[in-house]
Amino acid sequence: MSMNKRSKRKLLVVMVLLGMALASVLALTAFEENLLYFYSPTMVKNGEAPGERSFRVGGLVVAGSVVRATDSLLVKFDITDNAESMSVEYRGILPDLFREGQGIVAMGAFNEKNIFVADEVLAKHDENYMPPEVADALKAAEQQ
Amino acid sequence: MIPELGLFALIIAFGISLVLSAVPLIGAARNDATLMALARPAAWAQLTFVSISYAALTYAFVVHDFSVLYVSQHSNLVQPLMYRISGVWGSHEGSMLLWTLILALWTAAVALFSRGLPDVLLARVLAVMGMISAGFFAFLLWTSNPFERIFPVPADGNALNPLLQDPGLAIHPPMLYMGYVGFSVAFAFAVAALLGGKLDATWARWSRPWTTVAWSFLTFGIALGSWWAYNELGWGGWWFWDPVENASFMPWLVGTALIHSLASTEKRGVFKSWTVLLAILAFSMSLLGAFIVRSGVLVSVHAFATDPARGVFILIFLCVAVGGSLALYAWRSGTVTSTGRFSWFSRETALLLNNIILLTAAAAVFVGTMYPLLVDALGIGKISVGRPYFDTMFTLVAIPLILLLGIGPAMRWKKDSAQRLKKELSIIFAISLSVGIILPFVIDGVLNIPAGLGLAGALWIAITTLQILYKRIKTGARLPLSFTGMIMAHLGMAMFVAGVTMVMTYSEEKDVRLEYGSSYELSGYDFKFIGVKKVAGPNFSGDEGHLEVHDGDKKIADLYPQKRLYTTRSSPMPMTESSVDTLLSRDLYVAMGEPVGEDAWSLRLYYKSMIAWIWMGCLFMTFGGLLAVSDRRYRQKRLSGSETA
Repeated sequence: MSMNKRSKRKLLVVMVLLGMALASVLALTAFEENLLYFYSPTMVKNGEAPGERSFRVGGLVVAGSVVRATDSLLVKFDITDNAESMSVEYRGILPDLFREGQGIVAMGAFNEKNIFVADEVLAKHDENYMPPEVADALKAAEQQ
Repeated sequence: MIPELGLFALIIAFGISLVLSAVPLIGAARNDATLMALARPAAWAQLTFVSISYAALTYAFVVHDFSVLYVSQHSNLVQPLMYRISGVWGSHEGSMLLWTLILALWTAAVALFSRGLPDVLLARVLAVMGMISAGFFAFLLWTSNPFERIFPVPADGNALNPLLQDPGLAIHPPMLYMGYVGFSVAFAFAVAALLGGKLDATWARWSRPWTTVAWSFLTFGIALGSWWAYNELGWGGWWFWDPVENASFMPWLVGTALIHSLASTEKRGVFKSWTVLLAILAFSMSLLGAFIVRSGVLVSVHAFATDPARGVFILIFLCVAVGGSLALYAWRSGTVTSTGRFSWFSRETALLLNNIILLTAAAAVFVGTMYPLLVDALGIGKISVGRPYFDTMFTLVAIPLILLLGIGPAMRWKKDSAQRLKKELSIIFAISLSVGIILPFVIDGVLNIPAGLGLAGALWIAITTLQILYKRIKTGARLPLSFTGMIMAHLGMAMFVAGVTMVMTYSEEKDVRLEYGSSYELSGYDFKFIGVKKVAGPNFSGDEGHLEVHDGDKKIADLYPQKRLYTTRSSPMPMTESSVDTLLSRDLYVAMGEPVGEDAWSLRLYYKSMIAWIWMGCLFMTFGGLLAVSDRRYRQKRLSGSETA
């Protein structure tokens, strides 16, 4: 009986360890899969951005580039780091502070037609605020 | 004149905090009663002068003194009085001043409610709190002076960020800070106990109510922030895994672990040094939160400070406080021995497991929040960790935590038998699992396993909790408030789990383009867009939409979402005011996008299942915490203490 109890306890310890190992594997996989890298339009033009995987891109919204469809929620606009620019497509409601000249970050991926389609567009809640990535990208482009 | 008075009072408060950090400690070391007795009046004096300083800044806001830079940046002539008062903590400098005010309040509260404490311990506790205050006063004075003047004086100021002009958000920072800063009391008790080398169970009894109050405020503050984000940001979500949210969630997780570990230490004399470590860790997480929010290292909706000197200052302060206390811990904790003995199958073990799970959760949040910062600091690249990582991690953590929440409280201290527990809980387990799985089928006609499992978890927590309540009532003994508080908080967890499950599995959202008079069906509800009219407020103008929601032939709600343009700032700022119809069973939510072509708008429509339960659960946890501290046990300790003093 006591032997039985002890082996039961051993079994429990093994199960807990296995559970923890499984959880760690799942955690690491989830972590790896959900890392989103940031690229500036220049880096995207240089072909550094991934082809299929989602990533984030940021820059200033180019003045006069925003085109809204009148019969759907499709919006097209260009973003620039003042060296290179790229087009972004988005379907949905843009954040309140999205406007021309504003620094924004878009999250998405290239579709089969090689157009960057954003799932999410972020603009900050303060009109004077520039996303740090965008600020750095602008600085990097300037130095080139 | 008044602003200078405020600055002067702040400098005096800084001086007092330096005296408070040093003199009582020297007194404690030399066993000099006169020096130690200085701690209490110093705590009061510190509070008095910070209050004067705080009042001076509030006054500058109220009378529109735009010669003060901070006032001119965050208020203007048309801003309502309420938002001028709350504007004080609307941005960096003022919110740090609020932080020091709250810290001084907690310090004075310790001085007031600690008549039963030995003088040496009280002297040390107040001195440690004085050191923390001194750090934050220095931070204010050297990097973030809220009283800085400008010349020439502008005729009008730039308004407070319109996002912050909301009653929910007006009280969110003070509540959050009460929690953040409140953990400094447990921290001070831990460090004081380590300094004295005497870590007995009484230490746990003293710090317990303080920790629970701080935890309650933090819970409420986080819930308020989440509720505000849901209503005000127009994204319809309740939690975004934004780094700043994480910054408040990490101390919450560690604080929750601390509450449970303190219970074991007080009741059974176990895990003493572990509890001390947790107390240090909880406040370290608060400081880390301050660093994350105040240093401007983050890409976040909340990050406003971008002066690198501030980040460096807080980082150094963080290193000194955390490093110093951990070094002290390493040096002293070896002498601590836990007195209580317990079998591996006991409530002690369950509470230890609770701690392991909660810390695992905190570690997962920590990695997801700090890893991108580290990678960026090392110049390797710019990355962020997506929401699915956090969602996966929390689903993983939730399973053992929910199971344990049913088992732990039903277990006996010291030693329990598996047979007894099995007999008690297996029926509940079977009932909650089967009812949980069937429930979605009954309501919806379709099986939904993830929803079913989540609901089963909520039922499991609720029924096991009610069962211990029932058993306690049946014995005929009076219910101690600390017990009732625990029951209430655990029921809050059940509600929270139910709410999160339903929101995650049954919500629908859709961005649509609607013409006037047309409608869209979402989750069986018909949203009809009637039209838009102009509206104007004291400092904004805008459009107000009108939607009728029909369920079949019956009209069930009129929703009036607004798109406001706050025109009084240097550049006009648009804001979305969503409109929500709330029932316990669901929320119907509409936010306005923008005009699309003639007589049409883009609208964001949401159906959110049982989302109110999330915040209701948080309220239950908050009140549970507050009930637990009102237990007579803590009050009697004080009274008997004051009689002997």
